[in-house]
Amino acid sequence: MTRIKGAELSRRDFLRSGAAVASATLAPGVTLIAFGGSQAQAAADAGKRWGLLIDAGKCDAGCSACVSACRDENGWGGHGNPDTDAQWIRKVTLKNKTTGHETSMPVMCQHCAEPPCVDVCPTGASFKRADGIVLVDKHTCIGCRYCMMACPFKARSFVHEPIVNQKSHAPRGQGTVESCTLCVHRVDAGGTPACVEACAGAGHEAILFGDLNDPDSQISKRLAEYPSAALRPDLGLGQGVRYANL
Amino acid sequence: MERTLYREIKATGPVWQVAIWLGLFMAAMLASVVYVEHHGHAVTGMTNHVVWGLPHVFAIFLIVAASGALNVASMASVFDKVQYKPLARLSGVLAMALLAGGLAVLVLDLGRPDRLLVAMTTYNFSSIFAWNVLLYTGFLGLVAVYLFAQMSRGMPPGAIKSIGTLAFLWRLALTTGTGSIFGWLVARPGYDAAIMAPLFIAMSFSFGLAVFILVLSALYQLADRPLGAGLVIRMGRLLAIFAALVLYFTAVQHLTNLYAAEHAGFEAFILSDGGIYTTLFWGGQVLIGGLIPIAMIYHPTFGKTANAARAASVCVVLGGFAQVYVIVIGGQAYPMELLPGYTVTSGLGDGAVAAYRPRWPELLLGLGGVALALLATGLAAKVLRILPTNLSDANTGQEG
Repeated sequence: MTRIKGAELSRRDFLRSGAAVASATLAPGVTLIAFGGSQAQAAADAGKRWGLLIDAGKCDAGCSACVSACRDENGWGGHGNPDTDAQWIRKVTLKNKTTGHETSMPVMCQHCAEPPCVDVCPTGASFKRADGIVLVDKHTCIGCRYCMMACPFKARSFVHEPIVNQKSHAPRGQGTVESCTLCVHRVDAGGTPACVEACAGAGHEAILFGDLNDPDSQISKRLAEYPSAALRPDLGLGQGVRYANL
Repeated sequence: MERTLYREIKATGPVWQVAIWLGLFMAAMLASVVYVEHHGHAVTGMTNHVVWGLPHVFAIFLIVAASGALNVASMASVFDKVQYKPLARLSGVLAMALLAGGLAVLVLDLGRPDRLLVAMTTYNFSSIFAWNVLLYTGFLGLVAVYLFAQMSRGMPPGAIKSIGTLAFLWRLALTTGTGSIFGWLVARPGYDAAIMAPLFIAMSFSFGLAVFILVLSALYQLADRPLGAGLVIRMGRLLAIFAALVLYFTAVQHLTNLYAAEHAGFEAFILSDGGIYTTLFWGGQVLIGGLIPIAMIYHPTFGKTANAARAASVCVVLGGFAQVYVIVIGGQAYPMELLPGYTVTSGLGDGAVAAYRPRWPELLLGLGGVALALLATGLAAKVLRILPTNLSDANTGQEG
């Protein structure tokens, strides 16, 4: 009996490994979990949906603390060429075409629920974690830049030059594409993104981070209470980043 | 009328000269790739605003022309146009060579070309790019089988027709896939249009036949074999129809956009105040790539010469490059809207037309891809029996 049971188990294992091979062929996103190809993917909590609420009314046009903090935290300092240097987060000025009202606010990866970058990536290097954070697997990115063509927010950068002194928690690679990780290394350790901290540190508190799935979280309550908008709402991408007081 | 005899071309002095020149261009391409790999893409003109540059213009032109170059073989074996049967082998070889040249440029421009194996083994099937990898490799395999069938003794015509039909359908899928690389980009106002797929198919008919006419003429000149004017004129007439088809789809694309107020900005950019892009659109694509070649071919006297078809082919190739440049670079240079109803400005060039100046590594890479395609075609003509010894009109049954 035991031997038969053992044989059954090994057959089951065999089938399981066959399914793994099939998923390796059919669904690269799945294999990232299955083979631990990305620790970041495995660390995600499927019950959460991380997001940001950016209050443009509180954002100071002259302040770029969030940009500096992101650069320091993730080590994407440039080479003095704004056209080719990486820019994970930037400050933009929006001007209402009808009223002329101007608003300043930061723009970064919007961590879409339906990310075009993930759809178009030929190798599945662009992927969305179960908790909504959109990342690039630096081991499978071939540097085709199709995701940059597809992103409506210009949120992604291509690493145009050799890299030195990388941060161990934010690996980068020449010839690959990168973008805001929502400071996934901090989030997985129970912290908040560097930009959120820096904005609060500068006395503005214009960026709120939290779990959009938790109705009791501060971000969910604020979203329920006050009007907010997503960028390019016409595309229906379900971004994790929303803006208030535009 | 003699029996059609296919023979390898001889390695004469002029053949060697052309081969050495093409080899030099390929060596320059490899040097450029090593240079960019070492220093990063910062040494090219491509930026985080214009992420696809001149290499992609060359690659897309070659890939689009590749599927069109197969049309000559399709006309022979799928549509039973017997006049084109002697040209079918060259048609298949040229299609494979152009595709190889285009793919080489595309792959060598990757940020990580060393990860080609990743691209060939790890697929995301929601990506049209991933589908294209399969469509391209499938095309190469299918056309190789098609060529083998054409060159095999005693192969039943029915079998050749079946393989030819499959290859024809495959090439339509392939060009649909290439057009959809742009058509399915929802973010950018210059793309996001289903018409990209049929437009690219029309472009492939036109570019592919133009390249075929030029390569055929050059090979027969080099090999010193007779090539009838009637045959070339006949292909020229077809080229005029294809060039008109490209103009038609282009007109529909822009008229549809003009009707929607949301596209007014992009249309104004391409059609009236886009600087180099407007010049390339009207002067390059419409005039040189469309109206002039059509006028040449239908000219009452000049149109009755083979040189009219050849000159028209040169125009279609030049206009084709201009068209792909406008689509690829112009589509990226025009800024994206971040929020409808708002203008946007930033230190990252939001809201502004992006500048793009191609640099020499990009040009060398692109030209290397063209050289690879031409050298591969010439090499095939040297080692395989793909070119008939006599394509005079008397021998191919042309009416002149």
